[in-house]
Amino acid sequence: MPLLETGPEVEPEFAVSVSNLNVYFGEGRDTFQAVKDVSFAAERGDTFGLVGESGSGKSTVLRAIAGLIEDWDGSINVAGQSIGKTRSKDFFKNLQMVFQDPYGSLHPRHTIDRILSEPLLLHGIGDVNNRINKIMDEVGLPHSFRFRFSHQLSGGQRQRVAIARALILEPSIILLDEPTSALDVSVQAEILNLLKDLQAEHKLTYVLVSHNLAVIAHMCSQTAVMNAGEIVEVLNIDKMSALEADHPYTQQLLSASMGYDADKAAAMELL
Amino acid sequence: MSDLLRVENLWVRFPGHNKTVEAVRGLSFSVGRERVGIVGESGSGKSLTGRAILRLIRPPGIMTADKIEFDGIDLLSQSEKQMRAIRGHRISMVMQDPKYSLNPVVRVGEQIAEAYRVHNKTSKRDAKQRALKMLEAVQIRDPKRVYNTYPHEVSGGMGQRIMIAMMLVPEPDLLIADEPTSALDVTVQMQVLAVMDKLVQEKGMGLIFISHDLNLVASFCDRVIIMYAGRIVETLKASELHNAKHPYTRGLLNSLPRIEKRTDKLMALQRDPAWINEESVDAFA
Amino acid sequence: MTDTAQSQTQSWRQWLTTDQPTSRRHAKIVQFYLGWLSFRSNLLAMVGLFILLLLVFTWLFAPFIATHDPLAQDLGARLLHPSMEHYFGTDALGRDIYSRIVYGAGITLYIVTLVAVTAPIFGLLVGSLAGYLGGWVDVVLMRITDIFLAFPKLILALAFVSALGAGLENAVLALILTAWPPYTRIARAETLTIRKSEFIDAVRMQGAGTMHIIMRHIWPLCVSSIIVRVTLDMAGVLLTAAGLGFLGLGAQPPTPEWGAMISFGRKFILDHWWVATMPGLAIFTVSLGFNLLGDGLRDLLDPKGDKS
Repeated sequence: MPLLETGPEVEPEFAVSVSNLNVYFGEGRDTFQAVKDVSFAAERGDTFGLVGESGSGKSTVLRAIAGLIEDWDGSINVAGQSIGKTRSKDFFKNLQMVFQDPYGSLHPRHTIDRILSEPLLLHGIGDVNNRINKIMDEVGLPHSFRFRFSHQLSGGQRQRVAIARALILEPSIILLDEPTSALDVSVQAEILNLLKDLQAEHKLTYVLVSHNLAVIAHMCSQTAVMNAGEIVEVLNIDKMSALEADHPYTQQLLSASMGYDADKAAAMELL
Repeated sequence: MSDLLRVENLWVRFPGHNKTVEAVRGLSFSVGRERVGIVGESGSGKSLTGRAILRLIRPPGIMTADKIEFDGIDLLSQSEKQMRAIRGHRISMVMQDPKYSLNPVVRVGEQIAEAYRVHNKTSKRDAKQRALKMLEAVQIRDPKRVYNTYPHEVSGGMGQRIMIAMMLVPEPDLLIADEPTSALDVTVQMQVLAVMDKLVQEKGMGLIFISHDLNLVASFCDRVIIMYAGRIVETLKASELHNAKHPYTRGLLNSLPRIEKRTDKLMALQRDPAWINEESVDAFA
Repeated sequence: MTDTAQSQTQSWRQWLTTDQPTSRRHAKIVQFYLGWLSFRSNLLAMVGLFILLLLVFTWLFAPFIATHDPLAQDLGARLLHPSMEHYFGTDALGRDIYSRIVYGAGITLYIVTLVAVTAPIFGLLVGSLAGYLGGWVDVVLMRITDIFLAFPKLILALAFVSALGAGLENAVLALILTAWPPYTRIARAETLTIRKSEFIDAVRMQGAGTMHIIMRHIWPLCVSSIIVRVTLDMAGVLLTAAGLGFLGLGAQPPTPEWGAMISFGRKFILDHWWVATMPGLAIFTVSLGFNLLGDGLRDLLDPKGDKS
């Protein structure tokens, strides 16, 4: 596996590759390094996972790739191109993101129609009507929802809108930031199935951030385990499913995810 | 097992403009000195059930029941003043987010000591000793330091354990925990559960554990009550959960992704409209 | 016959309250109608709206409502008591006070409209830019705002008017210059909370530019609290305008501006109370109208009370 050894020139089969990424928050003496020397590569048409607990820096990595954070160094390659701090409009045509909170990621005063037509208008793409109807079909939203406001929809429906918004520019790479953590489990299953179907149909590459190991196991073929801003190991999912991990942190995470066990809990380190 | 809490035919209604919303519809269950899990999705009425036991339903919500009996006391006939004496002292409640439940300008230790002094006539010194002991009991490594911190200075997991310490310091007979660990990382969640587990085992406390996480409840509780649309659809021993009969419970179980059993597709839950009108199942111990 | 009419109103109501609008316009109309329904249930706000509509009506139909020429002097009829001939009496030059107040409605509306349209928009632009861009832009813009805020409104307006020269236009300009800083503060505070939202991140990821984000995404969310603040402020603007008029720095005689009328009447206030009191009551009524409307709008629009 050539994963961590990505040099300056990038293998073309990787849709997204990151090497030696550092991300900083704050300025001067208050600078805090949220991501330390992170390197990984996501294969084209595949799902790469980033798993970790809160504060591990997993979402920060995603936001740096998305261009939502500017204070970083290292190198980020998207579709074979090295990416700088400022992103062109065309960059976003190829890479989109689905956010964690379906209640916060849709503008409260915009209708679904406006949310979905905005990317098309910004990129000067015509045929708005047909495209919106088509994308709503694809994500399983009835057309009658088109002129509703987001607060008239359920959490799962909102997340479908967010996925439709990310897909409407027909990107090849989608960053998923905890896409189901705010949803009920039965809705989570529907959304995960939808994401898998869309991936197969459009040959999408996903980078999936989650704290939920079961979601990662279901969606990914490989995952990086993050703790305190660093990748502690990159794990093949077959290995994870067998509950085998090399790093003690991953082992602890795995055992904690398997449900409550009095003895195991007692063995865990005190805070 | 003798019942610590017995609830019969509990309803919570919210009168609205056009129609009254019935959020909890005729629940009957009992809790002994054991860990009972109430599981349901958002909107199932599980949190309202917890609040209704303590008569904490805010207007315009209306709560009615044939009987809510706690340790021989009829909670429905208690005055508001008597209820205040019961809340926190005999029955405690832990909420999802500790940050909203702790007073931000008072040191956490003092809040715990205060919680003890409200229901017990003791000196400040005694109360402080109690508080420190309680912090130790919830597995906080350096109780003296934590005693003097303010709520914003502690992490989420620590805050939740402090909340639990505060709720447990009067030694209640029943603890109602409403999603006490959903905001926490899995490893911290384990530790918080271990603390509650120990208190149930050692002090003979009853625990109502309200959660959306079927797997967690199954591994942590003795008995599970599954709620759907304000009713109990099924009740089981936690160890028997995999033998669940009701299609809703089965659907929930099947819709969960699993680490060790990977599938190509998750089973989507097909909701049967008939479930809404089914009779609520009694869940007595 | 009545049956079909009834079913027609029924279907209209359905069309207006549907949760499945069929076009963008329809969705907007439904939202507006639902807002109107909840506004209508607020009695005090409706009283405020009624007062302001009355003001507009008075302005539009002043020639028909007034009984006399507001500028016509009749020295033989000086300082007459209110009567059937002169509803609110006459002033020291024998002018009919009722007619002057009626014609003054237009001037009041002119002042209020100009201030209400320009100051908030300017404040919104400065505040949202400062809040969204942050950094040195924020520091510079907000310090300038602070300087304007540090002066008492009336004093600052006085300074402007005395520098620019007395007159209604300059008074309005002065009012605008003193009215915008609070809107800047509100807009900045709102922007600071909004700009961290995921929906702003989402639109950034569509490749939208700064001005697009501010105008299309941030403004719609600031506007409600600004509108509420504007209606509540209008009473104050009205009083400051009246103050300027009272001090002789606003509208010049013989323009029937309410503040100037009070000023003119103060010499006779002990013996001829109606000369100053009638325009005072007019100012009071309109201020009250704005306040009531503002309270109602706050209940309706304030996002903090929003349950959605």
